[in-house]
Amino acid sequence: MKIVAICGAGIGSSGILKVNAERVLGRLGIEADVTAAHLASLKSDAAGAQVILTSPEFVDAIGKTNADVIVVENYFDTAELTRKLEAALG
Amino acid sequence: MSLPPLPADAIVIGADATDWRDAVRAAGAALANAGIARPGYSDEMIRMIDEHGPYVVIAPGLALAHARPGPEVLKDGLAVATLATPVNFGHPYNDPVSVVLALAVASGDAHIALVAELANIFNDSSAVADLAAATTVEEVQSIMGVTA
Repeated sequence: MKIVAICGAGIGSSGILKVNAERVLGRLGIEADVTAAHLASLKSDAAGAQVILTSPEFVDAIGKTNADVIVVENYFDTAELTRKLEAALG
Repeated sequence: MSLPPLPADAIVIGADATDWRDAVRAAGAALANAGIARPGYSDEMIRMIDEHGPYVVIAPGLALAHARPGPEVLKDGLAVATLATPVNFGHPYNDPVSVVLALAVASGDAHIALVAELANIFNDSSAVADLAAATTVEEVQSIMGVTA
């Protein structure tokens, strides 16, 4: 499974989402390839992704996609990430 | 990997900021003082927020200001600015912001280990409040798990 974390720069915030998503998925026993990306590279990086993790600001820019777009409020709240990933993947 | 060194020059306690731009500049000035980025990096961090909105407010009370790797970045590093008075960034969930981290990375590849370490620190939900309440550089370094 492919998961993409999107932010404006492709460093920093998307990196934190990637790290915490990997931790949560590991705990859930779900194998996934999580990539940190930025909006400009979204089209290529998100091709074939099942889930896109991002902030509320980027939902419109991401636009129409076949992936489940998960909006994360607190990037450091692994309970929130767990709940939302389980809901999307379960 | 642990965080890069966080020298006293890279820490500002109780910065006076009247708005989010001031707050980002305070943290950007600390990056410049510590020789991590050039002064122009502040404007790049501000431009990211102008362009994309306040997404850098990634947790309640905490902004992780950053821009892309580029000529304004001298080396990988981090600065911490705590604000005398919290400011709003216009974020739907996580305002007001009392702590601004400014992150500079020289290449896109190197940063994941660094942000993994940030996740280790801030996955503890008390870290932001502890930083906001810190009154000395040493306290900030201790919360961040680094020394100068």
